[in-house]
Amino acid sequence: MLEAIGVGSVEALFANVAQKHRLQRPLAIPAAASEQELVAEFSALAARNVHHASHDWFLGAGCYAHFIPSAVDAIASRSEFYTAYTPYQAEISQGTLQAIFEWQTMICGLTGLEVSNASMYDGASAAAEAALMAMRITRRTKVVVANSVHPHYREVIRTYLRGLEAQIVAAPRAADGRTAALAGLVDGGTACVLLQQPNFWGAIEDVAAAAAAAHAHGAKLVVVVGEALSLALLRSPGSLGADIVCGEGQSFGVPMSLGGPNLGFMAARMASVRNLPGRLVGQTVDGEGRRGFVLTLSTREQHIRRERATSNICTNQGLCLLMATVYLSLLGRVGLRRLAERNLAKAEYAKARVRATRELTLPLTAPTFNEFVVGVRGSAAAALERALEVGIVGGLDLASYAPELGPALLVCTTELATRQAIDRLVAALAGERP
Amino acid sequence: MADYEIPDDLSFTLEDEWVRREGNNMVVGITDFAQQQLGDIVFVELPPVGSVVSRGDPFGVIESVKAVSDLYAPVSGEVVDVNTDLADHPEAVNEDCYGDGWMIAIAISSEDELESLMDVPAYRQHVDDRSE
Repeated sequence: MLEAIGVGSVEALFANVAQKHRLQRPLAIPAAASEQELVAEFSALAARNVHHASHDWFLGAGCYAHFIPSAVDAIASRSEFYTAYTPYQAEISQGTLQAIFEWQTMICGLTGLEVSNASMYDGASAAAEAALMAMRITRRTKVVVANSVHPHYREVIRTYLRGLEAQIVAAPRAADGRTAALAGLVDGGTACVLLQQPNFWGAIEDVAAAAAAAHAHGAKLVVVVGEALSLALLRSPGSLGADIVCGEGQSFGVPMSLGGPNLGFMAARMASVRNLPGRLVGQTVDGEGRRGFVLTLSTREQHIRRERATSNICTNQGLCLLMATVYLSLLGRVGLRRLAERNLAKAEYAKARVRATRELTLPLTAPTFNEFVVGVRGSAAAALERALEVGIVGGLDLASYAPELGPALLVCTTELATRQAIDRLVAALAGERP
Repeated sequence: MADYEIPDDLSFTLEDEWVRREGNNMVVGITDFAQQQLGDIVFVELPPVGSVVSRGDPFGVIESVKAVSDLYAPVSGEVVDVNTDLADHPEAVNEDCYGDGWMIAIAISSEDELESLMDVPAYRQHVDDRSE
């Protein structure tokens, strides 16, 4: 390399740097390791990670540990689906387009709405896009966001709305964990009410009441879903009056992967399809009458409408969408519902154990799905530390999210939580040492 | 050369909108030339009554199977009427662009702006220039 740049030696290369500024000895780093030694060292480092396969896992709060059948990876990694990038050319992209169409169909079924896009980046950006969509439809600028929407989602909404003439109004939480009555917060200038279902505290919101409060003033109701599996069991937000339903689809066969990539979804009513952001795949027939799939209504999108597009999103979450579509197809309508019932049963068992334990409380009384708040004595951090000592990740410390609840944890029980693990968690949180 | 209808009683813009005076209001649509160039219209997005438009600024969007285009306000003023039938029947723009295909009515804020519009001979020349 020295020869190529016309320098005689390393010394000559650095001749312009004064001697006193140069290191006069070799760098104090270990000698180069062999590949075998490197693999051994990194394996040892990786073994120190705490994850849902190494520990009993009760942490959710927006990213959920679910069992993923091996068939999901096997099908999603077939080479026919590789390079699942922009399927503009319908002639060569029927597989990808059909997978997206199936996803849209299933999201419509789960949300109770009429049209779904081809996915978004994640739940947080989908929530922000939904707020923007409601502002476009209503031509209004006020957005009422429940305090019980995931704190990270609320931050992303604030970021997206900054720079627009938008006003965000916070809707407080009631004592039972649900969002307090919205009357008084919604008026003729409100574009939408944005509610999470189940909310960040695990409580199941009264979607129908929120829809009535929003619609009374011509505002839209946006429901954002953090734990998509809940859609298999709860009445669909669309059937309860929600105008836009969006959220995080990671629960559907996408690994937690240290927090991403995730998978946003978004559905709405046909009347507002032209205000929907993102790609949309439609079903059609070719010249010979055979079924086929194409990107449709692209004129909403950035590559055609430029700065006047509905959104700057001009892609979709192709691979994660494919995994989720395969996952949902494998489980089917009945399987998904049974899985959701199992999650609910685990949570109800855990809540019963908490209720029967003197040192623990359930500070919020609203119904829940697979996640709920547990009050502990002393400090929540200490309770989590006790759990970790016995191989349990016990949940999320709520000290910085809801100090008014006192020492408390957000605990999640998916189908991965065994009865024995729940018993051990309750014992550890209560203060018993092994 | 294709035949384009250009009614005698209208004024026109460079962007192929027509304007018909009805009292103080200016009714606006797109010309026969424009609708033939666009092809089958599938969607027309119009502003709500009460919004204020400025001459030369986009007031809506028209989408055909071939293209999507902005609609430009020929004069400034308040939108006092909107053809809501176009939401369900955008094809009216193809079938009757000077009648049922009208788009909005603007209460003009300055009569002076009318002078910037083209008359029939000027607009016919503008069409001919582009349809060799």
